[in-house]
Amino acid sequence: MKKEIICTVCPRGCHIMVEGAGDTVSSVEGYACKRGLEYASAEFAHPVRILTTTVKVTGAQESLLPVRSNNPIPKEKLFECMDVIRAIEVKAPVNCYDVIVADICGTGVNIVSTKTVEAE
Amino acid sequence: MYNVNCDVAIIGGGPAGLAAAIAAKKEGAEKVLVLERDNAPGGILQQCIHPGFGLTRFKAELTGPEYYGRFVDEAKEVGVEYMLDTMVLEVCNETNEVVCTSSRYGLTCVKAKSIVLAMGCRERTRAGIMVPGTRPAGVYTAGAAQRLVNRQNIMVGKKVVILGSGDIGMIMARRMTLEGAQVVMVVELMDYLAGLTRNRVQCLDDFGIPLKLAHTITRIEGNERVTGVWVAPVDDKKQPIADKAEFVECDTVLFSVGLLPENELTRKAGIAIDPVTNGPAVNQYMQTSAPSVFACGNVVHVNDLVDNVSEESERAGKYAARYAMGKLDGEKKIVKCVTGRNVRYLCPQTIEANEVDGKVTLYFRVLQPEENVRLVARCGDTQLAKCKEFRVNPGEMCHLTVATKDIDGDVTVDVVKED
Ligand SMILES: Cc1cc2nc3c(=O)[nH]c(=O)nc-3n(C[C@H](O)[C@H](O)[C@H](O)COP(=O)(O)OP(=O)(O)OC[C@H]3O[C@@H](n4cnc5c(N)ncnc54)[C@H](O)[C@@H]3O)c2cc1C
Ligand code: SF4
Repeated sequence: MKKEIICTVCPRGCHIMVEGAGDTVSSVEGYACKRGLEYASAEFAHPVRILTTTVKVTGAQESLLPVRSNNPIPKEKLFECMDVIRAIEVKAPVNCYDVIVADICGTGVNIVSTKTVEAE
Repeated sequence: MYNVNCDVAIIGGGPAGLAAAIAAKKEGAEKVLVLERDNAPGGILQQCIHPGFGLTRFKAELTGPEYYGRFVDEAKEVGVEYMLDTMVLEVCNETNEVVCTSSRYGLTCVKAKSIVLAMGCRERTRAGIMVPGTRPAGVYTAGAAQRLVNRQNIMVGKKVVILGSGDIGMIMARRMTLEGAQVVMVVELMDYLAGLTRNRVQCLDDFGIPLKLAHTITRIEGNERVTGVWVAPVDDKKQPIADKAEFVECDTVLFSVGLLPENELTRKAGIAIDPVTNGPAVNQYMQTSAPSVFACGNVVHVNDLVDNVSEESERAGKYAARYAMGKLDGEKKIVKCVTGRNVRYLCPQTIEANEVDGKVTLYFRVLQPEENVRLVARCGDTQLAKCKEFRVNPGEMCHLTVATKDIDGDVTVDVVKED
């Protein structure tokens, strides 16, 4: 399989052609530096993304608590993770980086708070 | 009227105001007071829950709340004071008085020794770019939608068309998709992307959202609620080709068509405004045409990276503190910064060339995207600084650093094509 990947590591935005099957890469063309080669190979084999969203919070002045994944999550699991997070409600107080969901969808990644919210 | 005295008064508690306040305290100003109309500091970053902040400054990819959270913690440590729920109504640069209304103290007069303007920017609206059609519900600016979704838990629609490929619009495209809405397309008037490529990849391509370059919305339909929009390609004069217009069904339209510095207060105070940036003209100390008034952040020029905002705001805070302590004296040899080939604007607009070993970073944006260029800063025919770039575009700010001792006249910046 051949795939064009736009490198997002720096603003130059090289268009890189990656060829391979599954998660093995056989050829990479069109990158201008080593960081791009690494990025394109990883992006071809296992695309991952940081997930950010909000959860409901009670007992605080605000109604939503912003959260993030502490590490990148496989791209194809983003919606599955969203379904889990959507059902969650937390109670204030919450500290920044408190774990809200541990090991979400078996990814080994935690969903953590990105804000300190005091109880009202 | 309630009266308060302070050394440095800072208007706005967003990332710019926070960084300026911390720097002013560290420089030795005794009482630094931040005036903020919201009930908490943080500014627009409170609603920017996505990652992408702090790569330069903290070498980490933080979300908006994490980024400003670090400044809030530091402000607390160094003893910055706040007046929240406080709206500034007027700035008088002759008496250094700031008039505001506070939910706690009512009408208040803050008497300062120097003032920092850090009011941020607001979004251009539909009226600002005049799209014809009815006025149904379901039309928002991308930032207003971001606030509703991310802070107030209000979902703005199910089937969305976004006009403008700015970063806020693209980030909202991903946000709405993750929340279960369908983003039908992003429509962009220019034939190039307005925001960062990275956002196109991670916010649009990842979810298969089409980007229609060189297209525009010619009409919005719907009586009570939006029912759809007419989308047409544009010719090379940016005029829509009417007979190629297509109807696109949707219940929501988001406008992401640019930001404007928030300068009603600045204008009222009679401070000189740069007609291109729409913000106050400043020198390298971020000092405006009124010597006791400094300005920083998006109120000066719209930044794409908050890291740059923090840097320039620290400068504003530092020199505002020096001014308040009587340590920024007025010996002046002022030169102008002049826009040369393919440069839309430059910030600062003037430089005081009186420091022996000072350095000034010139921030600027290009008019047109271009490849294989050299950025050059010069005084007449003498080169002060240069740098090669593979690609420049109006959406990404460029910069060059020059030494003040080399400056003996107006400084011109050109973007030169390499062969
Ligand atoms: C909707 C939106 C989304 C954005 N998303 C991103 C992004 O994803 N990534 C990025 O790097 N940048 C983003 N930006 C740019 C971002 O705004 C800047 O990087 C940064 O927030 C600028 O900081 P600031 O302090 O200058 O302005 P702001 O954050 O806007 O802060 C200004 C503060 O001043 C206060 N204020 C204004 N007028 C008054 C008054 N009269 N009295 C009292 N207080 C007042 C406001 O309430 C606000 O708290 C976004 C901007 C907007 C508008
Ligand atoms: S390949 Fe290298 S030069 Fe090209 S975009 Fe990626 S990081 Fe930048």
